[in-house]
Amino acid sequence: MASVTTRPAPIAPGAPRRRRPWRNILIGTSFILPNFLGFALFTLVPVVAAFALAFMDWDSYGTPEWVGLENFQRLWDDESFHVALRNTFYYAGGHIPLTLVASLGLALALNQKLRGVNFFRTAAFFPYITSLVAVAVVWNMLFNPTAGPVNLLLEAVGVDDPPRWVSSTGWAMPAVIITSVWRDMGYYMVLYLAGLQTIPKEYYEAAKVDGANAWQRFWGITLPSLRPTTFFVLVMLTIQSFKVLDLIVVMTGGGPGRSTLVLAQLVYREGIVEGQFGYSSAIALVLFLIVFGVTVTQFRLNERRNAS
Amino acid sequence: MTTLREAPPVTKGPSRHARPGPSGPGYARLRRVLAYAGLAAVTALTLVPFGWMLSAALKRDTEVLAIPIQWIPDELRWSNFTEIWDRIPLAAYLGNSLFLSVTITILQVLTGSFAAYGFAKVRFPGRDALFLGYIATIAVPWQAYMVPQYIMMQRAELTDTYWSIILLQAFGAFGVFMMRQYYLSIPDELCEAARIDGLNDYGIYRRIVLPLSKPALASLALLTFVNTWNDYMGPFIYLTSNELWTVQLGLRSFVGQYEAEYAMIMTGAVLSVLPIMVIFLFGQRYFIQGIATSGLKG
Repeated sequence: MASVTTRPAPIAPGAPRRRRPWRNILIGTSFILPNFLGFALFTLVPVVAAFALAFMDWDSYGTPEWVGLENFQRLWDDESFHVALRNTFYYAGGHIPLTLVASLGLALALNQKLRGVNFFRTAAFFPYITSLVAVAVVWNMLFNPTAGPVNLLLEAVGVDDPPRWVSSTGWAMPAVIITSVWRDMGYYMVLYLAGLQTIPKEYYEAAKVDGANAWQRFWGITLPSLRPTTFFVLVMLTIQSFKVLDLIVVMTGGGPGRSTLVLAQLVYREGIVEGQFGYSSAIALVLFLIVFGVTVTQFRLNERRNAS
Repeated sequence: MTTLREAPPVTKGPSRHARPGPSGPGYARLRRVLAYAGLAAVTALTLVPFGWMLSAALKRDTEVLAIPIQWIPDELRWSNFTEIWDRIPLAAYLGNSLFLSVTITILQVLTGSFAAYGFAKVRFPGRDALFLGYIATIAVPWQAYMVPQYIMMQRAELTDTYWSIILLQAFGAFGVFMMRQYYLSIPDELCEAARIDGLNDYGIYRRIVLPLSKPALASLALLTFVNTWNDYMGPFIYLTSNELWTVQLGLRSFVGQYEAEYAMIMTGAVLSVLPIMVIFLFGQRYFIQGIATSGLKG
């Protein structure tokens, strides 16, 4: 839910100004304070601290010490960091396009007037609200190399030597990606269904009169009309992909070896397990900058496309 | 804004028959059959893992990964569902999860909607700067500041207590943001009229705004509840004592300890998912609304 910010709403007009401002400050503060105290202490302060800690040397026993960019130099030489960085991009590179295509496909398939379509929509959404532990447990068994249903199916269709999935370094990440696509596609499907509702059906009728077939209508009308939705889905998917953590922790624990180690997990390991507060915050800052950079780039590209 | 129920169709019945090209009742029926076949295929894809989970939960351990797969076991072992309560303290785990989810949901909905009124309906200097603070942090992934949070909790000696989870999750920016968006859609004239009738701001919040925002409150409550119930990393980081564990931690640890007890693991998974399934089926509308509004409106 991190990206609700992509389109901040206009500032509320609020009540007209006829009372004295100090009274309004008092009333406004009294409304906001209960939440703000908790929010400031447990979110705002840690966010600011995370930025500062990235430039400090601090483990659980010593006192924090300003070291400038030293943590980042250490990052550069840390092989685990390079592995985690590569894996994070690998995951994002698989998860983003596959989820996008799967959710759009689901939305198109479920955007029909058919009796019982609501049942199918509910079913498609259900994986998203299932806990990751249950999801990981089930899929780990489905991916069982010798007797799992996935490989039995592959053997049945003629794959002689099916991959060993989560037990192999090469196929663990694809297994994680498939699981996450299955889990998330229902969520983005809901966003796409909302987008599909906004396309006037006159467009389709006019195109049919002009003799456009279904394929042409999809490329000529549906896809261009869905561009704002696609952009939004893309931004949310990007943020969600780069910060992936719990699915990895529950499903593979980063293994086998380091084959599914991702950045957020490295932050957890170095910071919370090892107590290297400064160093882990430097990794966290890199993670944040990647998410931020990709999101800003997407906004720029979107603006340029809208302008042309 | 859309719900799974209220979605208007893209093509209406009459126009389908009226358009040029192949038509007639036979063609329409064929199309419908094909459409259903497609839907069934798609749904099988999403539901098969659940079916497999349920089927495995009713088997013996040795039958779960037997070849060929038996989707419906010869003997349904319902006893798995009674045995599991003795194998792991599942009742305690479920109770812990319920306690955390309910507490955090109540706090989030109360303080969130209260603050949202301040941000949407009271005008005072500094308000928008404060709100910007909320917005800015939503954009920062939680993974980037989990370490400072952990340090704080460690220094306050709140790790391995529910306080850490509750304090960290009950005051999220998301609830404030979502409720504020909804309150902005309530006309100010309504509040002004109530003011003229003698209500103060607290009265307006309680008597006017709160009753009007029931759907949004329900959305926020359901989303918060499910998120807390399903949360793994929070309890994983903070709760080390077994008696504090949530159902997610308990299930994960069971998997780690008794890797080969496939059937029992699946039974636990089914029981951990069941409450969420029931809640979702009853509150579906609010879920979808919550997602669609917080995502697309504003």
